Amino acid sequence: MQAALPEIWQWLEDVPDPEIPVISVVDLGIVRDVAWHDAVLEVTVTPTYSGCPATRVISMDIETALRDRGIEEVAIKTQVAPAWTTDWLSDKGRAKLTEYGIAPPSPAGGPDACPRCGSAQVERISQFGSTPCKAQWRCQSCLEPFDYFKCI
Amino acid sequence: MTDQDALFEYLLRLGDNTLILGHRVSEWCGHAPVLEEDIALANTALDLIGQTQMWLGLAGEVEGQGRTADDLAMLRDVWDFRNVLLVEQPNGDFGQTILRQFLFDAFHFDLLTALSRSRNDQIAGIATKSLKEVTYHLERSSETVIGLGDGTDESHRRMQSALDLLWPYVGEMFVADDVDKALQAQGIAPDLTLLRQSFDARIADVMSEATLTLPENSFAHAGGKTGFRHSEHLGHLLTQMQWLQRAYPGATW
Repeated sequence: MQAALPEIWQWLEDVPDPEIPVISVVDLGIVRDVAWHDAVLEVTVTPTYSGCPATRVISMDIETALRDRGIEEVAIKTQVAPAWTTDWLSDKGRAKLTEYGIAPPSPAGGPDACPRCGSAQVERISQFGSTPCKAQWRCQSCLEPFDYFKCI
Repeated sequence: MTDQDALFEYLLRLGDNTLILGHRVSEWCGHAPVLEEDIALANTALDLIGQTQMWLGLAGEVEGQGRTADDLAMLRDVWDFRNVLLVEQPNGDFGQTILRQFLFDAFHFDLLTALSRSRNDQIAGIATKSLKEVTYHLERSSETVIGLGDGTDESHRRMQSALDLLWPYVGEMFVADDVDKALQAQGIAPDLTLLRQSFDARIADVMSEATLTLPENSFAHAGGKTGFRHSEHLGHLLTQMQWLQRAYPGATW
């Protein structure tokens, strides 16, 4: 008896991103499709940044999580196009990022507000940060530095 | 030259440019003047190496002899590399590294923009993906060139000498040969003459803001992208980059 796809999506909701463990790989929009091909479960994933070292770990984590649920044959398919975009970040994911202290992506090209104190007075320190997906910003009100999830 | 040969050659050029520049930039890891720049350089290098995996991966598929991206990166010698001479030039000081980055980013951005509309879907897909990252690279390198060029006397002097040194390596990126022309005719690759116009306009804007003067001499070194003659720097770079696979062939972990 094969597990139903909605149930599998639910399981994947529990697989955290290795770098930002408060959000799941589903919230991040990395999992693009899940489908049964006979006895093989094919999970289609897309990399966030092409050189992101977390991508390989994510594939392994997905495979492990599904095996733990009793799925014996898992095939991870990597898909480059359409390219990952921060538009695929779920609303739940955005809220969790803010709560965690990371400003979510904004089309304006910078954070709307400081994730700690909510002030809109923020300045950029660097376009790049501790992981490929983040930039470094600073709040001019509470003076705390914070990560901003870049909009791509 | 068959269509397949031309496509393989073209993909090597794309992948070797990002590989060699990615490796060069990674040499800064732990040595940059400030922490933020160290992180920015390492991130840039990481993006470029990631793009290399896609380009050389596709090159291996097109070649059809079972070579992987790793095989192509680690097991070829100098004469098989197809990167432009600009990207193999040594890092020099921080200003020289940033200026080299800017000159390549400006070319890369326009090239990827054009390739994202390529008739070859796989190339268009990789280009679209890479372009998102390169947009950030270009934004940063432009701003940094302006900041340093229009900075102190010392930073201005260093940026001007970096520009004088690297400018003769710009021309090669825009010279179309049989490979470029064959792919352009198939709607896979863009017309390099058009790219040059857009490049020149961008360079003029940034250099004027950076108070730097473009050299008048239009002499251009050549031989990198055709593999005819690389500079001696590439060999030294490969001895480091390929050391492990050469000392322990086939090593995995």
